[in-house]
Amino acid sequence: MNYYAIRAIYIFEMSRAWRTLMESIAAPILSTSLYFVVFGAAIGARMGEIDGIGYGAFIIPGLVMLSLLSISVSNASFGIYFPKFSGTIYEILTAPASAIEIVLGYVGAAASKSVILGLLILLTARLFVDYEIAHPVWMLAFLLLTAITFSLLGFIIGLWANDFQQLQIIPLMVITPLTFLGGAFYSIEMLPEPWQTISLFNPVVYLISGFRWSFYGISDVNVVISFGMTIFFMLSCLAVIRWIFNSGYRLRS
Amino acid sequence: MKPIISISNLTKTYASGQQALSEINLEIQRGEIFALLGPNGAGKTTLIGIICGLVTQNEGSVSVDGHDIQKEFRAARAMIGLVPQELSTAAFETVLSTLNFSRGLFGKPPNAAYIEKVLRDLSLWDKRNAMIITLSGGMKRRVLIAKALCHEPQILFLDEPTAGVDVELRRDMWQMVRQLRDSGVTIILTTHYIEEAEEMADRIGIINKGRLIVVEEKTKMMDSLGSKQLTLTLREPLSHLPDTFEPDSLALSENGHTLTYTYGTQQQDNGISELLRQLSEQKIEIKDLHSSESSLEDIFVNLVKEKA
Ligand SMILES: Nc1ncnc2c1ncn2[C@@H]1O[C@H](COP(=O)(O)OP(=O)(O)OP(=O)(O)O)[C@@H](O)[C@H]1O
Ligand SMILES: [Mg+2]
Repeated sequence: MNYYAIRAIYIFEMSRAWRTLMESIAAPILSTSLYFVVFGAAIGARMGEIDGIGYGAFIIPGLVMLSLLSISVSNASFGIYFPKFSGTIYEILTAPASAIEIVLGYVGAAASKSVILGLLILLTARLFVDYEIAHPVWMLAFLLLTAITFSLLGFIIGLWANDFQQLQIIPLMVITPLTFLGGAFYSIEMLPEPWQTISLFNPVVYLISGFRWSFYGISDVNVVISFGMTIFFMLSCLAVIRWIFNSGYRLRS
Repeated sequence: MKPIISISNLTKTYASGQQALSEINLEIQRGEIFALLGPNGAGKTTLIGIICGLVTQNEGSVSVDGHDIQKEFRAARAMIGLVPQELSTAAFETVLSTLNFSRGLFGKPPNAAYIEKVLRDLSLWDKRNAMIITLSGGMKRRVLIAKALCHEPQILFLDEPTAGVDVELRRDMWQMVRQLRDSGVTIILTTHYIEEAEEMADRIGIINKGRLIVVEEKTKMMDSLGSKQLTLTLREPLSHLPDTFEPDSLALSENGHTLTYTYGTQQQDNGISELLRQLSEQKIEIKDLHSSESSLEDIFVNLVKEKA
């Protein structure tokens, strides 16, 4: 293992976030706060409880997931896309570092940033709504797994993208719709059929459901299935990255 | 001694169908400065790219100090530093942090003293805390060299290190390359400036259209492929050549005032005394004479034209 390489990439990526503190931390916290004000305080007061939880509290896990997904994807995709775009990737590709080490550096940094941000958003939410966390360890586990999985996905997007538009298109056209339809603002059970069944094909449903369970002990799908699916998505992303590095797809000509 | 890099049967055709290299066989000796010369698009960058891991070959293999570049990529790559042709650097990093990054990437523990030495050698120490975007092009090129050197490589690839570099900096770079060679680093450089290869290289490889045309020690190449010219200025203009000489070794200028005699540098009898004897026999008087040696440039142009 080339630990120094992992460390070098990790530090490089973390210091990039530090330089762009406003975009990487302040902006997502602000936008999530807006959700809390609008959905939690303004609309939520007029909504009934879902499964015995006040609406403001109900949406917190979903909102955290929403930010976590988009931040993980954008951070990780940009982190690897930019060196490709500027040409500095030559150094990564000529280094005695394997795919695993490169991924650990980039994805590790992106996931770390996401987890820090997720926790900051949770703290911010506390200013607007009272909530409790029933299973804190599971909460952290879901937070971590989701951050890693979507950072891996972002990494794939960054490797695949050939221009800035391609870099934006998947988050906009795929990930945002999936998160909005993933039960952040409602319980899947509130949907009529066939939408309930269709929802089960949306990976985000499992993430949000499992994450919400760790807060309130309620879930749309069994927590074991949620956890299993999350792990499954993570392994799928890893397999794709492995293939990309082995085949040199869009990396080596 | 075992070569430090052996390349056998290397062939590369890009996905676009462009053939960039065909059946390259080459051995680089430990500690030498090897210059790869060739016109635009000859395949120089592609060859370097394959050895360093940026491009994957279709056929053939490369080993670096006995390590196959694919099967034992760690061992192979750890030995190599690459200064790419393009000036690609992170913009918002400081010089020092980008060097620490490079060193780490190549698996070396931090070593502030060594990095300081590299920076001082390249006159970048004063700029260590400057953001790279604020540096001039020549300084950026030196940052790239520093990045390539900061993991203490045994082999250094310089892909057109002096493109867009002023004369003074070019001299400094040559100086630095020689120092590196003296410290045991093997250096492979590509260049369009033949003067550069002539000045620096121990051996020269000429590549054109993906094929290595000649690989030869510089001095031998200049001896065997080079020629000399003897220029004679005549007192009285001649209307035609003395017919005792082959027409292609002797040429008369248009105004009839100068005779140019071309001869190989390795011939035992170069025919000069015979020429002079005949001239005096025919009462052709000589006002002045000088001789010159063909440069590597002439050799190069001839070779590339011939084998095109
Ligand atoms: N990524 C690529 N995809 C397709 N063709 C390529 C690629 N890179 C290089 N080529 C082609 O391969 C050939 C060799 O290019 P290469 O860059 O190796 O030449 P070079 O000798 O370095 O030229 P120069 O002196 O201009 O730098 C050229 O015809 C070039 O157009
Ligand atoms: Mg080139």
